[in-house]
Amino acid sequence: MGESVIQGFLLFSGAISILTTLGIVFVLGRESWLFFGSGQVDLREFLTTTVWQPAIDRFGILPLVNATFMTTTIAMLVAIPLGLSVAIYLSEYASARARSLLKPILEVLAGIPTVVYGYFALTFMTPLLRSIFGRDVVQIYNTASAGIVMGILILPLISSMSEDALSAVPRSLREASYALGATKLETAVQVVVPAALSGITAAFIVGISRAIGETMIVAIAAGAGPAFTFNPFKAAETMTGHIVRISGGDLSYDSIDYNSIFAIGLLLFFITLTLNVISRWFVQRFREVYE
Amino acid sequence: MSVSERPSALPVACTLPKDHLLKRHIAMRHRVGRIWYFLFLLSTIVGIIALTALLYNIVNQSFGLVAVQNTVEPETLTINGVPLEELTREQLVSILEQYVSKGVMRRLESEIPFAMRSRDNIYQLVQERVIRPEILMSWQLVDSVFHREEIAAFIVENYPSARLQFRAWLNPDFIRRPQSSVPALAGVRTAILGSLWVISITILVAFPLGLGAAIYLEEYASDNVVNRIIQTNINNLAGVPSIIYGILGLAVFVRALEPLTSGVIFGVNDPTTANGRTVLSASLTLALLVLPLLIINAQEAIRAVPRSLREGSYALGATKWETIWHHVLPSAMPGVLTGTILAISRAIGETAPLVVVGASTFVSLDPNGPFSKFTTLPVQIYQWTSRPQDQFRNLAGAAILVLLFLLLSLNAGAVLLRNRYSRRIQGIS
Amino acid sequence: MTIFTDTMANSSLSLPIMEPRDADCVIEARGVNVYYGDFRAVKDITIKIQRRKITAIIGPSGCGKSTLLRTFNRMNDLIPGSCVEGEVFFEGCNIYDRDVDPVEVRRRIGMVFQKPNPFPKSIYENVAWGARINGFRGDMDALVEQSLRQAALWDEVKDHLRASALTLSGGQQQRLCIARAIAIQPEVILMDEPASALDPIATLKIEDLMRELVRDYTIIIVTHNMQEAARVSDYTAFLMMDKDRAGMLVEYGPTDQVFTTPRDKRTEDYITGRFG
Repeated sequence: MGESVIQGFLLFSGAISILTTLGIVFVLGRESWLFFGSGQVDLREFLTTTVWQPAIDRFGILPLVNATFMTTTIAMLVAIPLGLSVAIYLSEYASARARSLLKPILEVLAGIPTVVYGYFALTFMTPLLRSIFGRDVVQIYNTASAGIVMGILILPLISSMSEDALSAVPRSLREASYALGATKLETAVQVVVPAALSGITAAFIVGISRAIGETMIVAIAAGAGPAFTFNPFKAAETMTGHIVRISGGDLSYDSIDYNSIFAIGLLLFFITLTLNVISRWFVQRFREVYE
Repeated sequence: MSVSERPSALPVACTLPKDHLLKRHIAMRHRVGRIWYFLFLLSTIVGIIALTALLYNIVNQSFGLVAVQNTVEPETLTINGVPLEELTREQLVSILEQYVSKGVMRRLESEIPFAMRSRDNIYQLVQERVIRPEILMSWQLVDSVFHREEIAAFIVENYPSARLQFRAWLNPDFIRRPQSSVPALAGVRTAILGSLWVISITILVAFPLGLGAAIYLEEYASDNVVNRIIQTNINNLAGVPSIIYGILGLAVFVRALEPLTSGVIFGVNDPTTANGRTVLSASLTLALLVLPLLIINAQEAIRAVPRSLREGSYALGATKWETIWHHVLPSAMPGVLTGTILAISRAIGETAPLVVVGASTFVSLDPNGPFSKFTTLPVQIYQWTSRPQDQFRNLAGAAILVLLFLLLSLNAGAVLLRNRYSRRIQGIS
Repeated sequence: MTIFTDTMANSSLSLPIMEPRDADCVIEARGVNVYYGDFRAVKDITIKIQRRKITAIIGPSGCGKSTLLRTFNRMNDLIPGSCVEGEVFFEGCNIYDRDVDPVEVRRRIGMVFQKPNPFPKSIYENVAWGARINGFRGDMDALVEQSLRQAALWDEVKDHLRASALTLSGGQQQRLCIARAIAIQPEVILMDEPASALDPIATLKIEDLMRELVRDYTIIIVTHNMQEAARVSDYTAFLMMDKDRAGMLVEYGPTDQVFTTPRDKRTEDYITGRFG
């Protein structure tokens, strides 16, 4: 009797996660349905036009998507080369002592709340960019600053996932390479990295997914106001930044504004979910080869 | 001595570098290798520089010179030669009455009667309403140290009535004081208490659920389709952006479950809580957010418990639950707790979902339960950072130091726990 | 300044190019000791390896056979905490001299490992890669074909050279590893129990292959299988642990002599199966 109550609770705990997912899909789906059913916006306009001004009933999500694309691209331009280099250094070159010193530093970097990174972007990176490129060129809020700092945030994620993949490559492959007269670099870059490629790809994809969903850095430093621009030194609001700004104010329920954040959220959810599923597939493939 | 000199079965002419050429070729490859080694090292150093710059920037903002101007100098507020800090409650109220208009006094009285306010609260009011210190300008630490003379000259020239003083924005008063719209008097007390309330309830909700789910998946679940879906689903949930959880919380806890989260069905009827934007809503949202993390960590800890322990217990005739409760959980607990602490550090730093769920922009009263309005430390940092004035940036810097200190202590706790655990294991073997 | 440039010139000529003093001896180890941390794995070994012969190193497991083999191409350098004392002369030059480049040593002394370890690349790429990084210029297809033919693998893989090497069977993988090693045309090939992970038929193929290859290469093979040593090798070295568990050379000579009229009692005990 007692045991069955306990088992019931345990099963319920396990089911919570399913409920959460269903909740997300239901809530996002329902409010988005209201959004598109309101008659003020249709799906084609939503996905293909470049003006987002709820005040005059213009709901083209492209400026928000574009800003997200800009910050994500900049972040990955920073995080992928740096993260992979750090991973190669840690796994192939660093002594055990250097590793035990460097890994905690990266863990600290990964553990800092994103709002602190946002603060860093606004009060350090933006002034730095403005002093390099000129105050006329770089606006106070800009996607470059947010993107670069986001890259620093994602660097530890990519480096630690990639390093795990590199370390999982069996020693025998490295020995085979050295026995052919390869140098350390040739072994690392031409044997170990390709052997760990699916694991590294998974790391990149998780990084991209993280960058797309990242909120506080862009909310603080990228700008408040949708703008369709490819200039990284101009202000532009991302999908996540927009959700935070709209919901941070006093939002009346059942307004089209309120519904719009659910539509944006739905798009965001599908993009990140797809990326995560792909990433897990890559990890699975990597495991199958070496375990 | 080379391969091609010999009459051999090698039809392909040897075109690999030999002798001197071989040495030159290898030397060149080593040069390329050194360049790349340098680049790899440089990338690692860039990471360290980024961390250093981040910390430097925060410290630089949190300390420095300020130019302060008081509307009424505190020295003139002595009563019978007793300085302001040592006056009694009643004397402070009389000072307030002397300087503040009747209308404002009535409004303050209607918010909370003076008779019910603490001395600290009234002292705070005297500072805010009477002395009204105003920070005209603030400088960063590095400027303050290296350009002190220029700054002093600038103050004398532009603000003759202001005083230049060195201010540590992070100070005991900053921790003790509630939020205030006057930067010189603002503190993080409400934010810290808010964070503690939110996190406590988050743990209360998430820990049993997370552990329960982990036990279910590791000990009870057979390998069938449903359980595999649950497992995959948990892994995918761990990658959902936190802001999505905020949207979920807004729709479910704030709106749909408003009677519950605002406390109305429990008979709590606090006029300050107009809707479901309460500590409880925030906690439940964060609980859902950290749940996948908690489950995955707890699963790993449970999986690490050796099979022999379970078999030993079953051999004595114990039931499944007795085995889990008396043998599996105690040995898995340190690992579970370490994972929990990591999940909590994640929750403490979360900002976006709480902003969406509806953290209040201005809370000057301590939160006193699950149905209070709330703000948290990171939300407070966000709000201060988005203000244009420099002084709020200084405040945000100081608040970040508090937040980082909190996180650091938590992680140190996790490390200690891990070390103690591994020692105990060694002790057993 | 002059001195400086002189040493520079020397270091770029790490292995002097000269005719060996003893034309029949390729590798000569003198007083070699190998340590892993505090543990001495190999003790005071002196041995001369004959050119274009197969030398087998036999002995009970854990006696340091593989460790000794790995000193010949400086593979022990890759194990943290290991340390080699003594001298190993290759074509008359000590490869443990400070200014000798292990990359060059390994380029000239190839190795095949106990477990087949092909790269997770295509069959073609497995053979071509080593040659490419070592600056091969010429007809790569021909080199790959020739190496695969020499390794007696060509007929089995010629139709799917672009397939992943991991799709091959264990025996095929090991022959691919041999093809990979000979593609860079080394002067010596070290083989660390190359057939131990294979079935008898694959083992036979590898042994035939060794007899074929020894016309062009010097081969040193480590094996725990005495029949194998007796079948394929020209010379046999017998290693054994002393009381500190360090491997030492008990007997070395032509295989016929070692197996039929061993000079040492311990060798006789071992090959007649009285211990081991």
